[in-house]
Amino acid sequence: MISPVSISSVAAALILSPLLRSIINRTKAGFAGRQGPPWLQPYYDLIKLLRKGAVYSRTTTWIFRASPVAGLTMALGALCLTPMGGENSVLHFEGDLLLFAYMLGLWRFFTILAAMDTGSSFEGMGASREAFYSALAEPALLLGLEGLALKAQSASLSGIYAALENSVSAGGHAATLIFIMLAFLIIYLTENARIPVDDPTTHLELTMIHEVMVLDHCGVDLAIIEYAGALKLWILGLLITGLFVPIQAGATWLNLGASILCLFLLAVLVGVIESVMARFKLVKIPQLLTGAFVLAALWGVWIARTQL
Amino acid sequence: MKLLLLFSLSAYPVTAVLSLLPGRRSQLSGWINPAGSMLAALLGFFPAMHALGGGAVEFQSAWSFPIGSFHLRLDALSAWFCLPMLMISALAASYGRGYMRHSGDQTSVNLHWFFFQLLSGGVYLTLMAWDAILFLIAWEVMSLSAWFLVMFDHENPTVQRAGWIYLAATQLGTAFLLIMFVMLGADGGGLDFTLFLGTSRAAGLVFIFAVLGFGAKAGFFGLHVWLPEAHPAAPSHVSGLMSGVMIKMGVYGLLRILTMLPAWAEWWGWLLIGAGAVSGLGGALFAMAQHDIKRLLAYSSVENIGIVCLGLGMGMLGFQHQCHTIALLGMAGAMLHVLNHSIFKTALFMGAGSVAHATGAREIDLLGGLQKRMPVTAAIFMLAAAAICGLPPLNGFISEMLIFLAAFRGVMLGPAPDVSVALGGIAVVVSLGLTGGLAMMCFANVFGVVFLGEARHACCEHAHEAPWSMRLPMSLLAAACVLAGLGGFWLIQLAASAAVSIHPAGMNDGAAEMLLMETAVLLKVSALALGLIVVFLLLSLARSRLLRDRDVRNVSTWGCGYASPSPRMQYTGSSFVQPALHAFRLFFRVKTSGDPPSGRLPVRARFSSYIADPWLNGFYEPLLKAAAAGAVRLRRIQHGRVHYYVLYLILALIAILIWSLH
Repeated sequence: MISPVSISSVAAALILSPLLRSIINRTKAGFAGRQGPPWLQPYYDLIKLLRKGAVYSRTTTWIFRASPVAGLTMALGALCLTPMGGENSVLHFEGDLLLFAYMLGLWRFFTILAAMDTGSSFEGMGASREAFYSALAEPALLLGLEGLALKAQSASLSGIYAALENSVSAGGHAATLIFIMLAFLIIYLTENARIPVDDPTTHLELTMIHEVMVLDHCGVDLAIIEYAGALKLWILGLLITGLFVPIQAGATWLNLGASILCLFLLAVLVGVIESVMARFKLVKIPQLLTGAFVLAALWGVWIARTQL
Repeated sequence: MKLLLLFSLSAYPVTAVLSLLPGRRSQLSGWINPAGSMLAALLGFFPAMHALGGGAVEFQSAWSFPIGSFHLRLDALSAWFCLPMLMISALAASYGRGYMRHSGDQTSVNLHWFFFQLLSGGVYLTLMAWDAILFLIAWEVMSLSAWFLVMFDHENPTVQRAGWIYLAATQLGTAFLLIMFVMLGADGGGLDFTLFLGTSRAAGLVFIFAVLGFGAKAGFFGLHVWLPEAHPAAPSHVSGLMSGVMIKMGVYGLLRILTMLPAWAEWWGWLLIGAGAVSGLGGALFAMAQHDIKRLLAYSSVENIGIVCLGLGMGMLGFQHQCHTIALLGMAGAMLHVLNHSIFKTALFMGAGSVAHATGAREIDLLGGLQKRMPVTAAIFMLAAAAICGLPPLNGFISEMLIFLAAFRGVMLGPAPDVSVALGGIAVVVSLGLTGGLAMMCFANVFGVVFLGEARHACCEHAHEAPWSMRLPMSLLAAACVLAGLGGFWLIQLAASAAVSIHPAGMNDGAAEMLLMETAVLLKVSALALGLIVVFLLLSLARSRLLRDRDVRNVSTWGCGYASPSPRMQYTGSSFVQPALHAFRLFFRVKTSGDPPSGRLPVRARFSSYIADPWLNGFYEPLLKAAAAGAVRLRRIQHGRVHYYVLYLILALIAILIWSLH
């Protein structure tokens, strides 16, 4: 039941996901005319952090210490459900996309609680923003997946992405897929705390969202958070890349390679967006997410029109 | 079975009377009630499981009233609602023993227990009544004893106000039910429920009255005004019982009427989806806006009733279009959510009660840092909060997943036969998704502010963990959240048999197929959840191994270099939800008051915000005031002059004569 391809797609995620950060940073460096950090810098950072001790706030409790591990666990769980290259994921069943969405929810729940556990005003602010923006992103994500489920006649991530390959190569519903892809791109930038929603390199705690929530984490815990964050970039990226590639590259292993290549291209795209855009004012982000929601809902028009 | 059921039912009134007997000094009544409720639960469990297995338990005896009879019947639908009722009433009574120990004079505590048992018994009887008169009697016993329980602290003016609002709302609901039963009785030719089956000629109108009458009890948004008043006023175990069990009687009543109506119409499903979406979103938003933890939980009950309605509505749409698996998925999800909500909402109310008990405060922004002082309560509250947000692997996820799946299956039908199932699916996914997100924001906020961080006010300094008599029932409920989450593949069998009983004719076909698929799905969910729990433990172990011999220090929280932070500088609950309230500001008015800091060296500043319920202040109050003013105007014809009264009589007689001649 578990194929070598699905196992190696999980292994690829575990090994290669920190590289996405590197690609984004190098792209940004290229735009700014800098040389940028070495390609393996995220790995060096992880190794350095894993060798450190820890400093904890006296205010914090076990929740603060359990939260990074819980986040990584959820990332691994979500990874098991995400298909890659049109192949079935390690575990797949009808409705696994709901479990996928809600595991991301549990991850967020723990991150928010850990931030509030410090009693810091800044982290409370970040937690509040994270909770609100993800509440707005959630219906858009589910609606987009629902549209895909209709096209693919399957309520499982693996089923959807396996069926889409055929339908895309058959030339059906390209417009719907593009709209849903755009919606997913906005959700991708929101969930991964990238520009224009959040700036991962900003210096001012007051304006941060995700970075401020992990302000008090350090050492091993921070390494776990960073690694889980890299996995999130990978997993959610697969939801997007699965929509436009691979249009049946032929062999399964070739599909897998093409998917990884597309993820790298997505990282380049994120780097380009970060280089050419500034982040939005915080009050504009709900509007952006409403836009994502509308994009994800456009397939509904097709349904209604067919009836009329 | 019949005997077990009758014994179990009579345990409630018997212990109710017994609890009045102990004198002023004795705390015996606190023991009688948990014992009675537990006995009733033990005895009642078997008939309920028997009924869920497919065999109904029936009992009928003539009584001395001129109409109707004492006709009891426990079928799968009733039995499904009996399960949480039996469990919650036993646990709430045990919790209440600890909670009420130090509250005031023993006579009123005894009276409190009397009404507590009557409330449980009333709910139980309502579930079994198979005769309209008996149903209404049980319904009123339930509603009125809840009123007496709410009024426990009757000298407090806020409690008085809450009590009157509750009484008005519940009696208004009963008025609709009376009309509904009269209509059913007129068409059926009697008041026994068996006569109602399929005989109604104005089914649409009956359905509307059922939605209004039962919706007032269930707390549909718009009819919900009594919930946020009555729940905070009542003692916490009573709020738990009311929210966990009593408001579900509204859902039960609606379903019971649905089983009797001959043919459903498509707009019924849409009405329920609409009511569910509005209740879900409205409940979640208003819950977020509250400062009082028990008010917040009350609004969250509105939200969860909305989720149940979404499932029911989706199920009805599916049924209407012959998609029986969708129908069953939606209905079974709704049924499961009824059970799940009674588990985690009662746990949350008990947690809130323990906090109030320990600190004397219910205001979220006064509390803080209770995790360190009340670790057990905190853990239970967190678990229940995660469950109510529908997070895996807890029970809330299972029921929401089934409702979502019904919606996804509906959409996957596409526009082909009829578009409305697909559109219903879109509506359900959007509203359920947004509701879930907002609920998570709300509960992350309340848990984070109350239990995490530092104490914001002196009232938390001396907080202590709740006594074991309160901790044990809460822990059992928290364990039930986990077990019902991991054992979803088993519970769905029971929920499905309750769902089938709503419309057995159509749904039997879908049942086998749906159960086969969903049991496999839920087994995989449970397996993955267990696997991930193991992964979590292993990773935690690895993490602590890594840190074992390293330098681990404790310092104060990073405050951007500010060295002496005070607890008052923490983010408050009101600030946490402000972005969301600002985005949805169209739906409510935030009233603010205060003195901003002024001068070069500001000394004192004050700020407070309050969000009133627009339904109560903007709709019901003006309406009722207008009604009262109209009634005063009517008084002009009641002036005490006898000869005018004789004139009225004659005029009335003439009018009747003319009407009968016509």
